[in-house]
Amino acid sequence: MQIDMQDQARPVTAEVTDMGQVLPLAQPRRGVTLPLWLRAVARNRKATLGVIILALFALVALAAPVIAPGDPTDFVDRPHLAPSAAHLLGTTGQGQDVFTQTVWGSRPTLAVGLLVGIATTIVGIVVGLSAGYFGGGVDDLLSLVTNVFLIVPSLPLLVVLAAFLGSGNFAFFILVLTITGWAWPARIMRSQTLSLREKDFVAAARVGGESGPRIILTEILPNMLSIVVASFLGSTVFAIGALTALEFLGLGNPSIISWGTNLYWASNNAGLLTGAWWTFVPAGACIALVAFAFALVNYAIDEITNPRLRAQGEVAAASKRRRKSAPSTRATPVVRHAS
Amino acid sequence: MFITLRYEVADMQAHATPAPPPSARPPLLEVRGLGKRFPVGGIFRRASVHALEDASFTLERGRIVALVGESGSGKSTTARLIARLVEPTAGEIVLNGQNVLRSEPRAASLAYRGAVQMIFQDPFASLNPVHTVGYHLSRPLAIHGKSRGGKDEQGAIEALLATVGLTPPAIYAEKFPHELSGGQRQRVAFARALAVDPAVMLADEPISMLDVSIRMGILNLMERLKEERGIAYLYITHDIASARYIADETIVMYAGRMVEGATGDELIGHPAHPYTQLLLSAVPDPRTPRRRQPRARAELPSLIDPPPGCPFANRCPHVMDVCRQTMPGVESIAAGHWVRCHLYGPGSSSANA
Amino acid sequence: MLASPLLDVQGLQVEYQTPGGVVRAVDGVSFQIRPGEVLGLAGESGSGKSTVAHAITRILHPPAVITGGEVHFRDRDVLAMSDTELANFRWREVSMVFQSAMNALNPVMTIGDQIADTIVAHEAVTRRDARERARELLDVVGIEARRLDAYPHQLSGGMRQRAVIAIALALNPPLMIMDEPTTALDVVVQQEILLQIEELKERFGFSILFITHDLSLLVEFSDRIAIMYAGQIVEMAPAQRVFDDPLHPYTVGLMNSFPALTGEKTRMSGIPGSPPDMRHPPSGCRFHDRCALVQPMHTRVVPLLREAKPGHFVACHLYDAMPGSAPAADVHHLALRGR
Repeated sequence: MQIDMQDQARPVTAEVTDMGQVLPLAQPRRGVTLPLWLRAVARNRKATLGVIILALFALVALAAPVIAPGDPTDFVDRPHLAPSAAHLLGTTGQGQDVFTQTVWGSRPTLAVGLLVGIATTIVGIVVGLSAGYFGGGVDDLLSLVTNVFLIVPSLPLLVVLAAFLGSGNFAFFILVLTITGWAWPARIMRSQTLSLREKDFVAAARVGGESGPRIILTEILPNMLSIVVASFLGSTVFAIGALTALEFLGLGNPSIISWGTNLYWASNNAGLLTGAWWTFVPAGACIALVAFAFALVNYAIDEITNPRLRAQGEVAAASKRRRKSAPSTRATPVVRHAS
Repeated sequence: MFITLRYEVADMQAHATPAPPPSARPPLLEVRGLGKRFPVGGIFRRASVHALEDASFTLERGRIVALVGESGSGKSTTARLIARLVEPTAGEIVLNGQNVLRSEPRAASLAYRGAVQMIFQDPFASLNPVHTVGYHLSRPLAIHGKSRGGKDEQGAIEALLATVGLTPPAIYAEKFPHELSGGQRQRVAFARALAVDPAVMLADEPISMLDVSIRMGILNLMERLKEERGIAYLYITHDIASARYIADETIVMYAGRMVEGATGDELIGHPAHPYTQLLLSAVPDPRTPRRRQPRARAELPSLIDPPPGCPFANRCPHVMDVCRQTMPGVESIAAGHWVRCHLYGPGSSSANA
Repeated sequence: MLASPLLDVQGLQVEYQTPGGVVRAVDGVSFQIRPGEVLGLAGESGSGKSTVAHAITRILHPPAVITGGEVHFRDRDVLAMSDTELANFRWREVSMVFQSAMNALNPVMTIGDQIADTIVAHEAVTRRDARERARELLDVVGIEARRLDAYPHQLSGGMRQRAVIAIALALNPPLMIMDEPTTALDVVVQQEILLQIEELKERFGFSILFITHDLSLLVEFSDRIAIMYAGQIVEMAPAQRVFDDPLHPYTVGLMNSFPALTGEKTRMSGIPGSPPDMRHPPSGCRFHDRCALVQPMHTRVVPLLREAKPGHFVACHLYDAMPGSAPAADVHHLALRGR
């Protein structure tokens, strides 16, 4: 027995000192993981671009009073003025400044989007993980409800709900968009939970005596982080699009300035017919750009967390660099070091 | 409560073996007629996979029982049933004289979890990638009240890591599973199981996924824990040579059935069951000259609603009519050596040798 | 050498060029395979044994790059071959059988079609003739002809591996590379398949490069064995000699790592420590941190593979002084001393 212990002790110590140099002990746990994650984002060009775009929009929304001082509903000039030095993006059909309206309009649109993204993700986590982990009758019931909400076409439902329940109130929009948007995340998280539930580390936790809810929260959920983030991003884009569509249809509160109501007024004041493109292009472009940025980040997260996609990207990049020097080949390249 | 107790007494009398040991103490863990059938198929045709049928054996303090078999033989199912990860469809699990499937039918109690622990085959899957080694060890300590948290817990964690040979322990406690090699991970798995101070460990192929050069280190660790702490092991393996090396008793499994049991040396020296003979002839062993065996069909029979009789009948070179009709019972052929094969007689109804 | 070698590998060097740095997985590996010979290549995970097999057929993809050495097959330079030459070289001259038969087979094609496809792709034969050949090949590997139209999932693991061997045999190549062909199978099936391969080898006379971590299997199956550790061959000798008279401390340790089926039960200790991290391979002799007979000099100077006894090559400083001298006795005591 003595011998056995000695055997193990010597080389293991050597390896630890070897590893210790790579990962200094003094560094706290968070300090080790966070920079790694950030570095991965920084290395990924899609992620970097997406994050920069989103950060810019967040800055614009937060600093609206500084960037575009004054009340966006004020009538500042004649209607339908083309962009000029006085009005960077021209004026609306009622003589309001389009730039100011676009800047202020980002606030409710992004806020509703984020809140709906958070709400649908939370509902999705609760429903999906419960159904996936507990299985049996719980799963049958939750899956049935989820599938019903998946089948019901969400936009018509939104219109019906909005028309029936009155409009204007943002809390109401958040509620309606969450009701129509939670089913997809729930379904994705259920299937992911089903596969994680079968992992040996879950079985090991059960053998150790962990309770069901604790296994869900501390063993399964942390392993689904990339899916949780992805579904949050997807839900947010969905919410921004749906909110804009509802407001454009006139189901929102037209006295609030948002990208959707901007489009609604542009259409009402015949911006398209009169060729006043500056009344609808800014809001439309902003929505498209935000959705694009979210999609970029989403795709990048997929790439960062999925090694197969990452390898494909690296191979593509490598072959792009090499195309000039070596003939393209599907075989193992032979690159001899210059000696 | 009272009624349950009376039931248990009656139950134990009914199953009393003909020659109980002189000491009145019940065995540490006894498995009687354990079975598991999984339902398969749709609405029109219901069938079941007979993953394990009529498994019986006894684990004693400081002893190692090995289950040897190929994939699909039911050896891992046996471990998962005893670990209460899957609920049996037949049979009994008796821990310290208590029929646990009756006293705690819905889920295993904390006391049972504290007595029976399991080591999994793949150390890359059995540790959660998002948690540190220290976290993995702190949970069982906290759940089972083995430490009072803080300094006490840190000390307990480091003692556990030192016990399994991961030194210096303070450094290992901070590491994440991906920073460790396979052998080191498996040692963490042992430390986690040890945290609750268990009486029984179910080791499901603990070395088969590890590099050859570090396997003996894990087997020797198992043996040391057995000697120092009196832990009883169920050692599951497909490698009959490692069973001989470490186990006190070896049981051969085939298609969900326990077909033969003896000490490793007896089993290898005098294999009685035709399947054991086939298995031994196939094991590569450079120390003995090459034997060329007549070919037997190597495919496992289907476990879905199998026909009656011995599952090996279709491959057996000595098959008789009776083999296709009834499953043979347990026949004792030497001291501590039993077999379930018609060649040696009809046997008694249970494999409790 | 007696006969001119079929395959001649000299100083092969393979690197994985990852973003985290360059990993030299194979570092100066040299060996030859003669016609009709079975060369066993043994090593643990990360030893580079599979990389060698994949590199000599050049089926590795970037980031793997061959950075040095020579590979000649019957005086043809494999590393200088074009894609079309390689396509002909593979299957016709060298065929491959890998561990996972399920991955090697196309799940939506019948076994017969897959064999026939391989034949049609390389030889000017009609599809009907190719299918007839496929039928014969299945018969040769012990699969009933009625399985010609079976899909892979309808076959057991052993049958699938036989089907893969049938494809490898299709063009009657002089060399077969088998990378852990039976590792995923049970011992009884493994025995059957190995007997089958041996029979086929006697009938067709091909050579085999047989790769596995299972040394006892290799001793039984191969003519010569090369032991790899950390990207290098550390010992190479006739199979029985490696078993009876291992020279390298690593080989001795391996022999002391699997219990015997019969004979006296001795205490076995395996090898202390873990296989090295190939991103930071140990200096000098790569085994030095796990070796009981390490001397200070061994941690600095790389030992070369040299002929210590006739036909018995070893890369170890213990044999620096003179071939076949005393240190061998020391090495053999490693096991007895429980180190």
